[in-house]
Amino acid sequence: MSARLQTRAAPWVHVGWLAAGLLFLYVPIVALVVFSFNDSPVPTTWAGFTFKWYVALLEDREMMAGLWLSLRIAFFTACASVVLGLLAAFTLVKYTRFAGRTLFSGMVNAPLVMPEVIVGLSLLLMLVSVQRVLGFPDRGMFTIWIGHTLVGVAYAAVVIQARLRDLNPQLEEAAMDLGARPSQLFFLVTLPMIAQSMVSAWLLTFTLSLDDVVLSAFLSGPGSTTMPLVIFSRARLGLNPSVNAMATVIIVIVSIGVILASYLIARAERRRSLELAAAARAGSP
Amino acid sequence: MKAPAAIARSPQADRRGWLSGRAAVIGIPYLWLLAFFLLPFFIVVKISVSEMETVSVKDILSWSDGVLQLTVKLSNYAYILADELYFSTYVASLKYAAATTVLCLFIGYPFAYFMARSRATVQPALLMLVMLPFWTSFLLRVYAWKGLLSDGGWAAELLVSTGVGDLLYALGLLTVPDKFMHTPFSLVLGMTYTYLPFMILPLYGTLSKLDLRLLEAAADLGATPWQAFWRITVPMSRAGIIAGSMLVFIPCVGEFVIPELLGGPQTLMIGRVLWDEFFSNNDWPMASTLAVVMILLILVPLALFHRYQAQAREAGR
Repeated sequence: MSARLQTRAAPWVHVGWLAAGLLFLYVPIVALVVFSFNDSPVPTTWAGFTFKWYVALLEDREMMAGLWLSLRIAFFTACASVVLGLLAAFTLVKYTRFAGRTLFSGMVNAPLVMPEVIVGLSLLLMLVSVQRVLGFPDRGMFTIWIGHTLVGVAYAAVVIQARLRDLNPQLEEAAMDLGARPSQLFFLVTLPMIAQSMVSAWLLTFTLSLDDVVLSAFLSGPGSTTMPLVIFSRARLGLNPSVNAMATVIIVIVSIGVILASYLIARAERRRSLELAAAARAGSP
Repeated sequence: MKAPAAIARSPQADRRGWLSGRAAVIGIPYLWLLAFFLLPFFIVVKISVSEMETVSVKDILSWSDGVLQLTVKLSNYAYILADELYFSTYVASLKYAAATTVLCLFIGYPFAYFMARSRATVQPALLMLVMLPFWTSFLLRVYAWKGLLSDGGWAAELLVSTGVGDLLYALGLLTVPDKFMHTPFSLVLGMTYTYLPFMILPLYGTLSKLDLRLLEAAADLGATPWQAFWRITVPMSRAGIIAGSMLVFIPCVGEFVIPELLGGPQTLMIGRVLWDEFFSNNDWPMASTLAVVMILLILVPLALFHRYQAQAREAGR
């Protein structure tokens, strides 16, 4: 490819636009972290370095209870989303013809864009109707989990679908030629190859759940106040350094998790492609 | 893909196992979505035409003296159509969502384009940097703008010192000079910031798969780079443009958190009105009516999204 076509715009426009875009994306995150160490209660002007907001955070019963609840909901949401998202992705990629496929793919994709107030309101009204007839479920952790999983499945399906479509069909064909049953084919050949995308989907749905305000507000009951609901009610009233401290803790943990996971995924990927290359060499005469 | 396996074993047994597995694979997510995604919409429609009693919603179907009665109350819909406030709130929501979409496209298209034209070795890192904000709390990033745009915040200082504040005031986006919070400006900025990655990712998806030989051919035939861009690159990335725009536009119409934290009294959006009807006024039928009308408004964008998302995904295969 000629260099002229690589970038037709001047190089400084190219680099400048990318840098400005990334700056726009990251300045708020940096500001959150910086002002969590600010001695002033107003997180706009710098008044010296302190750890006091972190100390206050440890004694913040409401925030800690919310965090523990959110972590549990996020864990169960991520697990359920990956399982259901895998089934949905598999269906969309492998089964191109079945009754109601258009409706199915529409329903898988719609939660990605559907305004959360609509999803939250409609799900709540349904659960209230069900509860009037059957006596359960009460609003709380379980109902929040249903709402988060509903949205999580859509994201998990997108992530896993992308990987399933990229798979080399020859590997699965080879396994079938060698007599693998469908279940063997799936667990021994397909699953190991899409495992990384399932890890990504798990992490993504975990953090989406950990972050959600609107669905949780509709679906929570008395005594089930998640961490984002605590943060949101404080942020509504104004600026609050305890929110910055909590934010910094979350950002640090999530960044470490994502970077570690992507490092491990990249390593596994490399090893797999080396093995495939070796197998190809061994197989060719 | 199917034929060789049948030779290896008894075709009948194989087919049955495959079929039952297939039914479960399709059936489980299908039932889940029908029960928790589709059914609730019908209940919302039902409640929007129901009467509100003191603590609960009255059933539209009632059985009295052996007569089945269906009571449908359409007054909420009539009220929304007639009421100036609801109508202007819907218009404002669509306007802010459209402004956000245009801004995201303006920032995101060149960004995705330059990303796709960067050296192959830095592309994964750039992709990672665009996706990382997905993993850091959206609520907290919106909250961060509150600090940045308040008096004395970093962004506010920058906007004042560069004169952008005066420009925004002259354009009528601010009501008081150099007060950025709780204005249409802070609202659209917050939404653009939040949804920018949703625009960049599908655009990058289509632009990175663009066959560069087409541009070479255009150049050989005498097209200027600018002509080649508008007549080849842009049309070829149409699926990404539409998918990305809908990924931004649709959720923005019903956005609640950003208008609540960054918007002000003059930036009414429908998500906030629905929230207040539900949580403050406890008027479930009214909240449901607002939701049904919102769904009708986003039906066409939803159909567009569904059609072009699949295309954007399959582009270049």
